[in-house]
Amino acid sequence: MKLKQLEGLLGDLQQFSNPKAELEQYPTGPHIASRMLFTVVADFGCGCGTLGAAAALLGAEHVIGIDIDSQSLEIASLNAEDLELDINLIQCNVKNLGWRGQTVDTVVMNPPFGTRKKGADMEFLSVALKIASQAVYSLHKTSTRDHIKRAALRDFNASSAELRFDVPHLYKFHKKKEVDIAVDLWRFVPKVNQGKGD
Amino acid sequence: MRLLTHNMLSSNIKGVSNGFPLRIEVEKVAEKQVDFNADFLRNMFPKIEWKAFVDAAKTIGYAELPEEVDSSALESEEFLNKFHHALLELHLEEGALVCPETGRRFPVSKGIPNMLLHEDEV
Repeated sequence: MKLKQLEGLLGDLQQFSNPKAELEQYPTGPHIASRMLFTVVADFGCGCGTLGAAAALLGAEHVIGIDIDSQSLEIASLNAEDLELDINLIQCNVKNLGWRGQTVDTVVMNPPFGTRKKGADMEFLSVALKIASQAVYSLHKTSTRDHIKRAALRDFNASSAELRFDVPHLYKFHKKKEVDIAVDLWRFVPKVNQGKGD
Repeated sequence: MRLLTHNMLSSNIKGVSNGFPLRIEVEKVAEKQVDFNADFLRNMFPKIEWKAFVDAAKTIGYAELPEEVDSSALESEEFLNKFHHALLELHLEEGALVCPETGRRFPVSKGIPNMLLHEDEV
């Protein structure tokens, strides 16, 4: 399927007519949904492979999942097999990833938020913006919003940094303590290919 | 791992100035059929390092690709079929990727290359 076609189909979908605030029913726009998931997609810190599998299911031609943890990758591999998806997995610490230029279209990631290891999310973002040619979609803690934007534009090769869900946030559910963390979904456009094919 | 991934990946060991392309050691190659998509191939073609790609394909046992090629080849269906097959359908399942500068081996097991660096390589 072509990008425009995908975007067209998604654009025709019926959306909430009376969104229920208590359920946080915000529409996902066709632009973001189609670009998140097209052509060559890398999933950074893929864990069990959910984002990568979503991309492959929606027609991404080549999906690469990268994670440091071999057990996660094993599960990701089984998940891909169950869904009959062809996902290339690489065991690597994202911050040390060796990559030839901006050969990936889109990076999608739900990075470590840097709660345990300060700055981990920023390391991911920095590498993502070096290898993506079209866009990076990434989740970050709302409390770091200003810092993320500043660092992306000043230090990390981003030509734009937009909040895609600037209304109340997505929520990350922590396993051990039942704490909700307010999270933003960002869309970053890397320099060099800004606007091309967009 | 597809050859497309191999064509993007490089060795990032501290001090290595050109970690691309990683040399391939083959123990086992797998073949998985993928739907043909000419638009994707045309889109991907300019991003491929052709020599590295041809060499990698040969190493894993596929010698049908031309050594030299330009974008006019994309009009040939025969070429596109070969390009498709080598790029997406052939997988390095077991073996290793080897840093061209240092000779350090990164093992590939069940199609997953282990690119983790040791402490003194970071």
